[in-house]
Amino acid sequence: MIREIFQVTFITGLLGATLRMATPIIFATLGEIITERAGVLNLGIEGIMLMGAMTGFIATITSGSLMFGILMAAGIGMILALLMAFLSVYLGLSQHVSGLGITLFSTGLAMFVYRLHFGSPTVPPTIKPFDPVAIPLLSKIPVIGPSFFNQYSLTYISWILIPLIAILLYKTNMGLKIRTVGENPFAADTVGVNVNLTRTLSLVAGGALMGVGGAFLTIVNGNMFLIDVVGGRGWVSIAMVIFGNWDPLKGALGALLFGFLDGLQLRLQGLGFNVPFHLFLLIPYLLTIIALIGVSRHATYPSALLKPYRREEKGG
Amino acid sequence: MIRIRIIRRAPLPNWARIAIPVIAIIVTLILAAIPILIAGGNLWKSYYYLFYGALGTRFNILETFVKSSPLIFTGLAVAFAFRAKFWNIGAEGQLLAGALAATWIGISFPGVPAFILLPVVLAGGFIAGGAWAAVPALLKTKLKVDDVVTTLLLNYVMLHIMGALLFGPLQQPGSSWPRSPEIVAAAKYPILIVRSRFHLGIPLAFIAVFILWFINKRTVLGYQTKAVGVNIRAADFGGINTTAVILKTALISGGLAGLAGVGEVCGIQYHLLMDLSPGYGYSGIVIAMLGNLHPVGVMFAAFFFSVIIVGAQTMSRITGVPVYISEVIQGMALIIMLIAILFTEYKIRVAKR
Repeated sequence: MIREIFQVTFITGLLGATLRMATPIIFATLGEIITERAGVLNLGIEGIMLMGAMTGFIATITSGSLMFGILMAAGIGMILALLMAFLSVYLGLSQHVSGLGITLFSTGLAMFVYRLHFGSPTVPPTIKPFDPVAIPLLSKIPVIGPSFFNQYSLTYISWILIPLIAILLYKTNMGLKIRTVGENPFAADTVGVNVNLTRTLSLVAGGALMGVGGAFLTIVNGNMFLIDVVGGRGWVSIAMVIFGNWDPLKGALGALLFGFLDGLQLRLQGLGFNVPFHLFLLIPYLLTIIALIGVSRHATYPSALLKPYRREEKGG
Repeated sequence: MIRIRIIRRAPLPNWARIAIPVIAIIVTLILAAIPILIAGGNLWKSYYYLFYGALGTRFNILETFVKSSPLIFTGLAVAFAFRAKFWNIGAEGQLLAGALAATWIGISFPGVPAFILLPVVLAGGFIAGGAWAAVPALLKTKLKVDDVVTTLLLNYVMLHIMGALLFGPLQQPGSSWPRSPEIVAAAKYPILIVRSRFHLGIPLAFIAVFILWFINKRTVLGYQTKAVGVNIRAADFGGINTTAVILKTALISGGLAGLAGVGEVCGIQYHLLMDLSPGYGYSGIVIAMLGNLHPVGVMFAAFFFSVIIVGAQTMSRITGVPVYISEVIQGMALIIMLIAILFTEYKIRVAKR
């Protein structure tokens, strides 16, 4: 069994699985980074991902179009993020509790709508998911080729998004605005930045990414909706934001780490160790906590995170 | 352009603190009509069976009390933690930790009489839940690790620990299901009302409400948790050992959640099962908020959600509205309560300019 671990097919499979399992986390982590950089912790992430997973699945099964499924998942993510913005930005309610409210509401709604649409079939309905896209030439490289360059299109997109969002945050005027409302909203207001609008737009952009991350689990790497399909990946993404110190590149590296552990547990299960498979399932969560312990002392939270902006209460 | 201005207001009188959750519940029930109508349910019939299912017969009322026991425990657990701004979102995992301890004790000591075994089971469940909550509390206070994330992730760790045990050493011999052997009779909660499932855990939950009220109002710890919650730096400056307070808060909070798990094993299932809890730990968050983090408020809020959860089953069977309506209502209630709380602290002015 140990010998099998060092075989080329195992390593190729593990790398491929790592990149696949990391994709939804990359999407959600990037979404949460934009949101938190603007000063809002969105704990609605887990529920938004589940709604994205459910909406993407139903939209695909009714329209027959996977692209439509992805778009609808992004759309529902944006709508739920708007609700989060209304509660936490415009009304200035506790970001913790608003986000948990969104998650609980979305979780209930996802299960409710799914049951409404499909009833309780004995065999869950399935769709034909996206096929992997082999990149010409590159996919022929041994080991790296089949694992890196024979992925789903959404996985490639997630890689492109990492530098794009880094550029957005660090090199553009919009990114400067986002970071300023997250660090010092009073200063931003003074120079004429609309704090609440900027936070809302960040939430909405983040919500779209979270929704797509959820849909990846039901219509890309997976072909059915189960109520535990997201299974804490939203919370893992929150952990990865801290792990990556609110930086898109480092956050994505954290997502890859989780993807690796998730892929590893799948592969090890496949080898048929005589150990309950739940022991493998808990590894990624446990190591995420350990990773968090390693970085938390030096974590530099956005200064205005969790603080609603009320012009009247400056200094109060 | 319309501007919403939010202005701090003087504290409201006590009657408003009671009125606001009641109004929030009424608004929630009105808004719940939307998903019911979308599901094609007849409104009057749906609401009728929602309440009939929970309160219509002797059996239904007793079932609603049975359901309220774990909800009171998890609601108290979350409320006590949130009061100190220890963001314990991990009541679900702590519940399972308590259930696991109760099961282990309940199957390991045959021949021990109930008057010894039951207190041991209760203490074991409380300590297990408390210890599971102490982990994120220690990480928060010693290593500055975010408590929201760790408590949430530990829920999944505990779920999979339980899964590994139920598919492994704790599996009932000869069974292909992931469930433990039956606990011994002495570890089972006595049934207090004949022809029902009304077990010892229900009065225990109400006693816990009183104890928590007493801790909050009459003890130093109650004062300290409040002080830490209002302003941890001021509490620290005022000479309170905030680390110790957060740790004690976590132990009590997790212990209460653990007792919810003990009740499900020793009062209802008599086995440990993977789906022991349909999310009682998460419901606890809604209940704590709706109860204004006050033990008596938690008690009423837990009973209300117990009505919704039990009643939704009857309503679903008769009207065809998916049973998950109870989860939708819980989520809606939390959001609406949150908005309602805003009115207790702020005035909202909508002005055109």
